[in-house]
Parts: sequence; C-alpha cells; structure tokens
Amino acid sequence: MMWLTPSESEALRLSLDVATLSVAGSLPPAIALAWVLTRYRFVGRTLLDALVHLPLVLPPVVVGYVLLVLFGIRGVIGSWLEKAFGIELVFTRNGAALATAVMSFPLMVRAIRISLENVDRGLEEAARTLGARGLDRFATITLPLMLPGILAGTITAFSAALGEFGAVITFVSNIPGETRTLPLALYTVLQQPGGEHAAARLACLSLALGLGGLLLSEWLTRRLRRMLGR
Amino acid sequence: MMLTVAAAKRRGTFALDVRFELPTPGVVALFGRSGCGKSTVINIIAGLLRPDSGHVHLDDTVLLDTQRRVDVPPERRRIGYVFQDTRLFPHLSVAANLRYAEKRAVGTPYVDLAAVTSLLDLTALMNRRTHQLSGGERQRVAIGRALLTQPRLLLLDEPLAALDEARREEVLPYLETLRDHLAVPMVYVTHDFAEVLRLATHIVLMETGSVTAKGTVGEMSLNPRLRSIIGPDEVGAIIDGVVLGVDSSSSLTRVRVGHGELNVQATGLAVGTALRVQLLARDIIVSTHIPQHLSVRNSLAGIVTSIHGDVDDSDLITIDIGAEEIMARVTKAATRELSLRPGIEAWALVKSVSLRGHAFAARPR
Repeated sequence: MMWLTPSESEALRLSLDVATLSVAGSLPPAIALAWVLTRYRFVGRTLLDALVHLPLVLPPVVVGYVLLVLFGIRGVIGSWLEKAFGIELVFTRNGAALATAVMSFPLMVRAIRISLENVDRGLEEAARTLGARGLDRFATITLPLMLPGILAGTITAFSAALGEFGAVITFVSNIPGETRTLPLALYTVLQQPGGEHAAARLACLSLALGLGGLLLSEWLTRRLRRMLGR
Repeated sequence: MMLTVAAAKRRGTFALDVRFELPTPGVVALFGRSGCGKSTVINIIAGLLRPDSGHVHLDDTVLLDTQRRVDVPPERRRIGYVFQDTRLFPHLSVAANLRYAEKRAVGTPYVDLAAVTSLLDLTALMNRRTHQLSGGERQRVAIGRALLTQPRLLLLDEPLAALDEARREEVLPYLETLRDHLAVPMVYVTHDFAEVLRLATHIVLMETGSVTAKGTVGEMSLNPRLRSIIGPDEVGAIIDGVVLGVDSSSSLTRVRVGHGELNVQATGLAVGTALRVQLLARDIIVSTHIPQHLSVRNSLAGIVTSIHGDVDDSDLITIDIGAEEIMARVTKAATRELSLRPGIEAWALVKSVSLRGHAFAARPR
C-alpha cells in the first residue's frame, strides 16, 4: 500500500491478522454457545448468559488483567499451555487475538442467537419427517437459515476486534510488529510530541475500515435475505 | 394392514383422549371443528408430539408405546407429512427440496423423482425458488417432497385450508391421483366436509379432544353426530355407485345405487367406473305409492327403516334401498298424513344428485 508509511501498514496488517484470528477462533464456540443458550433450559443458564456478556460491561483493562492472571506465564492456564504445547500468549500476536476475541465474543453470540431464535422450528420438524437426523438437520437446515446472523455477527465482531485497545494493551503490551495494532499505534503517536498528523492519518484509516465493514455487512445481509426469500 | 392409534394428552385445560383403528390403504379423514385436537393427533402419529400415554402401531411396527417405552423418532418412522403451511425450505430450490427427501428415503422405494414430478406436474417448477410459487404450487411441491420419502403412511394437515376455492380445485385432483394410483394410505385432517367427500374412504369424527364416531364415509353420512356438525343443508346419504351405462343422446349416465338406478348428468365415464354420489336429504321427496306422472326422473324403491325428529318441525326418514340407506327430510305433517313408519314401502324421488368425484377403488401397488 503505497500511500501508507511502513509503520502504518505494519499496524494495519497486524490489526487485520489479529482480528481474523480472533473471529475465526471465536466463531465455533459462539455458535455452540448461542445454540445452548437458545435451545436448552438448564440451571445456571442465566449465569452463563451473564458471563458471556460480562466483557460488554467490564472496563477492558479488567478483562486484560483477568487474562493476565489466567493466561500469564505463571497463570493456571498459561503455564499449562506453555508446558504442554509451547504456546505463549503474553506479549504475542496470539495473545492479542485472544484478548480481542474475549472482548468481541458477546457481540457475536448476540447476533447469532437472534438469528437462531428466528429460525422456524417448523422447518426443522419438516426435516425430521423427511428423515434428517440431528447433525444432518443442523448442517442442512438450521445453519444455512442462521447464515445472515452469523455473517452479521462475524463482521460486527471483526470491526470491533480491529479497534480493541484496553484489553490488548493490558494483556500483551504494545510491541511494534507483534502487538501494536492500529489503535495502539494511534495511542503511541499521540504520546509523542508533534504526532498530531500521524494520529490523524491513523484515525482516518480506522474510520475507513469501520465504515467499510458496516457497509459490507449491510450489503451481504441483504443479499442473503433475498436468497432466503425474505 | 392397519393403523392403530390410542393417545391421551393433557395440555392446560384441553384434554385429548382418542382411540381408533383404521384399515389401510384408504384415506381417513380426521374431521371436526377447528381446535378439536385433530392436528394434535397427527402430530402424535408423526412422532412430533408425545402423548402422556398411548400407542401407535402401523401394521406390525410399533411406533410408540409409552408403557413399553418405545418411541421411534419422527426421522425413522417413515411417515410422510404435508403441513398446512407447506414448510418448504426457503434456502433451497424446488428441485433441491425434492431431492432432500429423496436422498434420505429408506425402505423399498415405490415412487421415484421422475414419477413424482410427472404425477404432480412439477417439471416446470423445478428450478424455481420456493417463494416464487403460488399457494397451490407450493402445496404440490410439499406433497411431492413427502412422497419421495417413500412413506408407509402420508399425513396431511389441512393442506388446502390456506388456499382459496379455485386453488383448492387445482390441488384436489392431484390428491385423488395419489390415492388411486399410488394407493398411499393417508390420514387427512380437515374441517371442510367437501374435501372429505372428494377424498376420504373413512371418517373419524372428533369433538373436543375425543373421537365421537367413526366409519366408512357411507356409514358416517347417516350418523347423527356428523349431521350436527355439518349442518342440516349438507345432510344426506353418500353412496359409492357404479356406472351402468351412458345415454349418448341426453348426456345422462346411469349409475347403480343400492338395488336401484339413478340418472346422473355426466358424460365420458366408462362403464364400471366407481362414482360417489351424494343424495341430500332436502332434495328427496317421499311417496308411499309408485310415482307416476312426475317431472322427477329418478326414483328409488325401498323400505322405511327409521324416523327421527329433525330441525324446524321436520323428520328425517331413513329408507333402505337395498344394500344402502338414504335419508329424506319431510315435514312432521307429511309424516303423519302419509302414515310413514318403519317397515312400510316407500319411494324416494330424487330431485338432484351431486357427483362427488370418483370413488376410491384400491388397486394393488
């Protein structure tokens, strides 16, 4: 990208990488969780629901701190991951993806859940009478009908992931080329004297990305709706 | 071949308690007013709803037995279901909807995709999306889709209720074809008596959660409980007659009804065709002498078997015309003046005969 400086394009690429990784990783559990929360009634369902939504109301710094406690080198899960698989999360790109995934997870679950609630159970019943068993039925009927919601959730979560700041900087710090995503880069230049111009450029870039994502989401959703005949 | 259903279910203040057995093949109409529990019954047969207690047997197969803890899930019951709202899959084309069923069919196939598309005239619709179809077309696709599962039994839940009169006429002949050519046993839920007359071989009458009467359409046409539901103007014997001959000069067809004979306005029917006729009680005049010098052409001789009080100071006179019974509505004054009573000879003068389509004659598959 000719019109971007090397550090800007590095931050952009890193942001896209982190957001992609975070969305790809959180999509399957988001679908599973939306399914459980929509289709099952069990003790602790409300608590689980609240837990999923917690990142929406907590200060991002708190989320970053909790991640540090759990996934840090001496954290319960972090030390195990290190020993068993050699995976390090703190101060790494993967860690940044984890932090953004946790932060954007509620948005994703919410969108998928709404689409699942709108799936006509009658169509699933019809599929049953046609001989479709559980997983077959989910893959051929429920999932395709949920697609608009899954898409909307994915794009919203992706856009939010591009802009995640607090949890990322708390958990994985601000390392150029590794964890310095667009918002972190913007924050960094703002700390330097005479960085106003660079900050404005990065802000415009973020704006363009966000707007593009929302427009794309709207367009895709409309197309899918038409395909489903609504 | 037999379908046995016994089910009890309580939902809030509504209690369902039904028990009936039906021979298959044939078309059983589950008939009754809206909200009497008809759909609940077929959902239980399909396995989409579990009764508190009961059992469902189809031939030798136990599909449900709450006592023995048997409950075959709907996807393994091999029962086709045509829903009132069609439930076609909106993300699939017509062809893909049909293939969805075809791919998952088990058991001996008796009808293939080509046969279904030609039987239901679906060829021109195959590449359409389901939301581009008319109501009648949607229902035809839904019927085809259900058939392609090679069902042992086909359930239809008011498949024509959402259609207007013209669209109904568009779909009904296809259902007759299904009944006559594929001999698929069907359970047909409806609250429209005209559909019962066109399609059914048997009627199970439901009122507020229970079966109050059941029998062949002919038997049931004389049933007082059914009379109370369909209303006095629709009351009349329904008889499956046989075409004896056609008078080409007058476009009249002679039909054997019981031991008598009726002339019916119809052409193009082969001798031997089974024909269903309806003789409305209000269209029949009773005479105690051999009728002469009358404009009415059709008369049937018989013996009065019973007299029941009916609406508006009238009596329903049941007359045995040999192997069949018919009903006539006369005023109570007429009953007295003619001294009508069980056992006396009478002649029924039939003012008009309604044809109700071809009667079902089971053919081997």
